[in-house]
Amino acid sequence: MKAKHQRLVLALVAVAGIAGAGVLGASALRDEAAYFRTPAEVKAGKAEVGEPMRLGGMVAAGSIVRQPDGLTIRFVATDGKASVPVQFTGIVPDLFAEESGMVADGRMRADGTFVADRILAKHDERYMPPQMGEMPEGVAKMAPKV
Amino acid sequence: MHAYANPTRFLAIAKPLTPWLLGVGLLLVLGGAFAGLTQVPGDYKQGETARILYVHVPSAWLGMGGWTSLAVAGLVQLVWRHPLAGIAARAIAVPGMLFTALCLATGSIWGKPTWGTWWEWDGRMTSMLVLLFLYAGFIALTSGDEGQRQGGTLSRGAAIYALVGAINIPIINRSVIWWNSLHQGPSITLRGSSIDGALLWPLGLTVLGFSLLFGAIVLMRMRRIIADNRVAARLRRLADDEGS
Repeated sequence: MKAKHQRLVLALVAVAGIAGAGVLGASALRDEAAYFRTPAEVKAGKAEVGEPMRLGGMVAAGSIVRQPDGLTIRFVATDGKASVPVQFTGIVPDLFAEESGMVADGRMRADGTFVADRILAKHDERYMPPQMGEMPEGVAKMAPKV
Repeated sequence: MHAYANPTRFLAIAKPLTPWLLGVGLLLVLGGAFAGLTQVPGDYKQGETARILYVHVPSAWLGMGGWTSLAVAGLVQLVWRHPLAGIAARAIAVPGMLFTALCLATGSIWGKPTWGTWWEWDGRMTSMLVLLFLYAGFIALTSGDEGQRQGGTLSRGAAIYALVGAINIPIINRSVIWWNSLHQGPSITLRGSSIDGALLWPLGLTVLGFSLLFGAIVLMRMRRIIADNRVAARLRRLADDEGS
């Protein structure tokens, strides 16, 4: 075997080893590296009451209810398998809407409501012209100019 | 493999290729940016904000593609000791880091109006930031080292670093699938695109355009390293002549 081939084999074995280690490491992180927990995981007991965590899911259709104080909203976060009621006081991002994704920072209360201190909107990987989506044509352009 | 080991042969191709890559790349980027900003409609959900994808996506592609080429160059250096491998790796590092930074910056600017945050430690963003640090480490490792004085070859350490760092590339790619993340899943996969055709075509122009510009930058930087080597060799010869 020529030195060149020996180096090639050695390098390939090393690369395979590193790749294996990387995959093992990444899969070990599978749960820990999750940015948020889903309602199904919460229902399965993966959320301690009072422990800071993030909850991610879709905002259930027709579930957003504004409270009398004008600032607090309640809605239901769902992942299709389970749902968790959420309460939040503050301003939500523009893209926060029913039947759209969101991620909430907060903690579970003993009564099963998730109390959020902060809400982020999540959008999906689809992009299309307004005519094809739910938004009527021109709505994006009608947004107030600052 | 060694046909282009001779810098003269490499230069014979690189020199005329550079202005073409530069010119066509600039045209495509300008055309794609113009089309993306004025000719296509905004996104149904995000409105005008989504137009930043015409810069964000090519930046991400080149940041990750840059490291992939860096790792290949590292392997070629380790196994075949090809003289251009180290030069190529050194030339790729800076534009690769630049596009990674551009990807993070445009992503942050995009994140504020859509998600409601400049930065979150989710899998995609964190692994992309790691890529930026990997580039910084590679540049620090190879700047002014022994190899630079020896014609731009990579030290064994730098070549291994380039290979080990490549582990991060599939992690970035899979991060939005393996882990729940704020960043959405991939839009363009082998099965097709979930970006509608009406919004997609300017992205093709900017991805190709930025890639050609990346190629032009890499060729220019490689030519500079080769020119530096020639200057150093000539100075050595002059010094030898005076000594004798």
